[in-house]
Amino acid sequence: MDYTVIIGLEVHVQLQTNTKLFCGCSTKFNPDHPNTQTCPVCLGLPGALPVLNREAFHLGMKTGMAINCEIPSFTKWDRKQYYYPDLPKAYQISQFDLPMSQNGWLEIEIDPETRQKKKVGIIRAHLEEDAGKNSHDESGRGQDSKVDLNRCGTPLIEIVSEPDLRSAQEARTYLEELKLLLTYIDVSDCNMQEGSLRCDANVNLHVHKENGETIPTPIVEIKNLNSFRGVEQAIEYEVQRQWNEWQETGLSLKDVPKETRGWDADRGVTLEQRGKEDAADYRYFPDPDLAPVTVTNAERERVFKELCERPAERRARLEERYQLSVYDAAVIIDQGVDFADYFEAVAESSENGKQAANWITQDVLRELKEREMEIAEFPIKPDVLAAILQKVKANEITNNSARTVFQELLNNSKDVPRIEQIQQIIEEKGLGIVSDTGELDAIIQAVVDKNAKAVADFQSGKQAAVGALIGQVMRDIKGADPKMVRQLLIEKMS
Amino acid sequence: MSTQLPEDDVLKVASLSRLKLSETEVNALGKQMGSVLKYIAMLDELDTESIEPMAHAIEISNVFREDQLQESLPRDKALSNAPQTDGNYFLVPAIL
Amino acid sequence: MSTMSMTASKLLAKMSSGEISSEEITSACLNEISRRDASINAFLSVQQEAALEKAREVDQKRKAGKPLGKLAGIPIALKDNICTEGVNTTCASKMLEHFVPPYDAHIVERLKAADAVLIGKTNQDEFAMGSSTENSAFKTTTNPWNNTCAAGGSSGGSAAAVAAGFAPLALGSDTGGSIRQPASFCGVVGLKPTYGRVSRYGLIAFASSLDQIGPFARDVTDAALIMETIAGKDHRDTTSLDAAVPEFTSKLEQPLENLKVGYVEHLQEEGLHEEVKEATLRALDVYKSLGAELVPIELPHAKYCVATYYIIAPSEASSNLARYDGVHYGYRAKDFENMIDMYAASRGEAFGDEVKRRIMLGTYALSSGYYDAYYLKALKVRRLIRNDFEQAFQSVDIIASPVTPTPAFTIGELVDDPLAMYLADIFTTSANLSGIPGISIPAGFSQNNLPIGLQLLAPPLEEERLLRAARMFERETEWHLKHPK
Ligand SMILES: [Mg+2]
Ligand SMILES: [Zn+2]
Repeated sequence: MDYTVIIGLEVHVQLQTNTKLFCGCSTKFNPDHPNTQTCPVCLGLPGALPVLNREAFHLGMKTGMAINCEIPSFTKWDRKQYYYPDLPKAYQISQFDLPMSQNGWLEIEIDPETRQKKKVGIIRAHLEEDAGKNSHDESGRGQDSKVDLNRCGTPLIEIVSEPDLRSAQEARTYLEELKLLLTYIDVSDCNMQEGSLRCDANVNLHVHKENGETIPTPIVEIKNLNSFRGVEQAIEYEVQRQWNEWQETGLSLKDVPKETRGWDADRGVTLEQRGKEDAADYRYFPDPDLAPVTVTNAERERVFKELCERPAERRARLEERYQLSVYDAAVIIDQGVDFADYFEAVAESSENGKQAANWITQDVLRELKEREMEIAEFPIKPDVLAAILQKVKANEITNNSARTVFQELLNNSKDVPRIEQIQQIIEEKGLGIVSDTGELDAIIQAVVDKNAKAVADFQSGKQAAVGALIGQVMRDIKGADPKMVRQLLIEKMS
Repeated sequence: MSTQLPEDDVLKVASLSRLKLSETEVNALGKQMGSVLKYIAMLDELDTESIEPMAHAIEISNVFREDQLQESLPRDKALSNAPQTDGNYFLVPAIL
Repeated sequence: MSTMSMTASKLLAKMSSGEISSEEITSACLNEISRRDASINAFLSVQQEAALEKAREVDQKRKAGKPLGKLAGIPIALKDNICTEGVNTTCASKMLEHFVPPYDAHIVERLKAADAVLIGKTNQDEFAMGSSTENSAFKTTTNPWNNTCAAGGSSGGSAAAVAAGFAPLALGSDTGGSIRQPASFCGVVGLKPTYGRVSRYGLIAFASSLDQIGPFARDVTDAALIMETIAGKDHRDTTSLDAAVPEFTSKLEQPLENLKVGYVEHLQEEGLHEEVKEATLRALDVYKSLGAELVPIELPHAKYCVATYYIIAPSEASSNLARYDGVHYGYRAKDFENMIDMYAASRGEAFGDEVKRRIMLGTYALSSGYYDAYYLKALKVRRLIRNDFEQAFQSVDIIASPVTPTPAFTIGELVDDPLAMYLADIFTTSANLSGIPGISIPAGFSQNNLPIGLQLLAPPLEEERLLRAARMFERETEWHLKHPK
């Protein structure tokens, strides 16, 4: 007897707008100054009315298109009604039967070895307003709970996947790919610490019995997962728990209503959430305060044109155009759109994609990490790095000398490094490769002549003797390629 | 058939509505809701199969505001009508 | 004629000629209120100091020759469901007894900009739910014509204030007739504009797709005058219409030519008071005498209006009133076991019977398993009702009908029979369901000396036509010139 894991994810993503979905209050993450980003509308004060944020709808459309959804020509707003102190109107403005986008998919790589891919279906992606934040007394003494409404009314897009994911790892990959995509198309910062990306997972098992029967176990919704690790661990835990439970009880989906459990990251377990007073009856109905939105073909096309190349497409293009390894292309794409743009700029003007990739995934990335810097702030701009690499390619300096130039520019430039500085540094430090082999030849001959003992040592088989001689040659003529010097020395002495 | 709405239904709706009702109220509401619902049943005479629902009094669409910041209320004003606060937050009895 | 029975237009003329000051008018209103409102109970609060201060400011501006707003120095009473910054706005509910909005409703901003003098907040049925002002948590407004009778509702306080001579103008809200019905009961003009004509921003919602703010006035001209100030697009209300606002007063005296007045031949005979029927027929004769053509029309779904209305309005109300949970504002119970109990106790203690009744009805109609049979069904019938009007207005310019089946009823008469109270909304709810404008104008008196109103309805955004038609009638009659003793 074995089982298949069935997972669907509901992901809430905060859209990058200046203001809330239905009022002009700031969406800035600001837990330290509670209740300072509110107004009559988002406080749900009597008499206040919502007005839809154009940019939020626009970002919603962009998101829907990026995950290959249809954008219907008519969409409307509904009230989802429930009582909770972080929801001042006692209803959330959301979308029920006519969401703004539906029937899409997102492709993920499910096996890095074989590079096997799969399309995860997306049922719908709709806009809704976020709630505020309750903080509870952790002491267990039943102190009052606190309510901060700064976040209340922030635009969210809720992306509901089909139950197409088959393992905790796949769920994580899907979420990572989704995050990458949404940051790429610039609709959200997806900052998980600040709650800009939150995830609920619906999990159950299809148990395959020996007699060929397949039995679905009860569905469990794991709430508010807010890290990739959390998603993976919670699902792994839940799969095991459900398997154990099924073996004990044999209960199927038909016997038990959907259960909601919370992930306790500290203890590494999912816990049953206390049953709600009544079975959820949200009494959705069209919000009479808001007008529906219609979308024309022309508008769809306009927004579609704004979509940049999405990560999966770009990854494939980098591999193809610059002959990058799968690994390098993935590293570059994963750093985000600015980083990939930087890479492409360097690759294009240095005319060597592979070399650019090596430098950027190693030297540049290392420096960014050490300096805790974004690529946009990195002082060496793509044209400057490309100019350095061109010198290597033209055999004017060695790759090692290029690193020296790179470091020198990075550490000792007062202003933003300029291309002209490269040549200055090469000259000051004598890093130029001596291409005049005549000059080099003369120096090597002189060194050989002066070091009879070392030459004898070498000739008697002591390879190490070459090292000392290389050093002498390099002292006398800066910018020589040590490899070439070594080779010439050996030729001379053999 | 009695037009009274059964007590269980009244209690269920009261719970959904977050209304604590006295026994007298439950009783009276059962009767009154029952008679109103009976009256309302006259709509069943009408065949509305092919009729589009009309949720708004006027048909408008695509009304937006631009994504521009408006001044928020100062905190003391935001909290000014709250039954219980600590000066920073709205306070409610322990949720958990 | 005493100041207390003059129209706003007359008072404006007297102020500009220097015969009277705003301070004198305002003081006269305040005196009258303090002398007689104890028996009428039109006001929940009176902003005496602020009103006098504003009046003096206007007088000074006038003296200094500074530009003045359209309603400069005119006292206006506001229904207590219209938010006023820093001034208690209670909706006549224990729930909001101590609620002080931190903002002004859109129309309050407009009135202030027009230099009107906001004199006080008027009584109403709690959350505008009712037809008699008996559902106020604080007091029952009596009819200025007969204090054993209801002033009507839900905007009973505003209607009574204008009828009693407490203020020349008042604003109310009309969700199913709540301006037109009390106007009719109190013998004043009451206008419900087209849905979306006046911004709802700052009007405490009862049923959002039906609510509309409108004026009470002593004559049609005054109603037209205040509409010029309060109508027009407001970007804070999505449902506010982006339509040009005519100068309603400019063509008011020009009679409409070739006017076609529609009427339903077999007026809801059952329950229609004989005197109301007579007044309506007399009114039709007045139009005929003015050269109008009387055209019988069909409104086949009119009889479903009340049923439709009493699904849609409570459904929306159940949602709109869910926010009163004792957390962010409003009443919180003292004793409760936990948070959910706090919600239920607060709401159970602070809402009155009628509000609870409608919340319950609405929650029921929206709840799982009943939504299609009730709420969705009602939305579909709503379209049929609207289609009836579209059809009718193909052949007529306005439609005339009674406002209410009876003149003002006795206080207490219908309190225990909600359905009977609801059924009296038969002539008014259709305008709210269809979004069209309607007006109630004085059209007679019963043998008991109670006013009887005439309702006129027009197509969407045709307030100008409505007001001109109403003015044609008013010029020929003297009902509007009568005042209660
Ligand atoms: Mg949601
Ligand atoms: Zn706000």
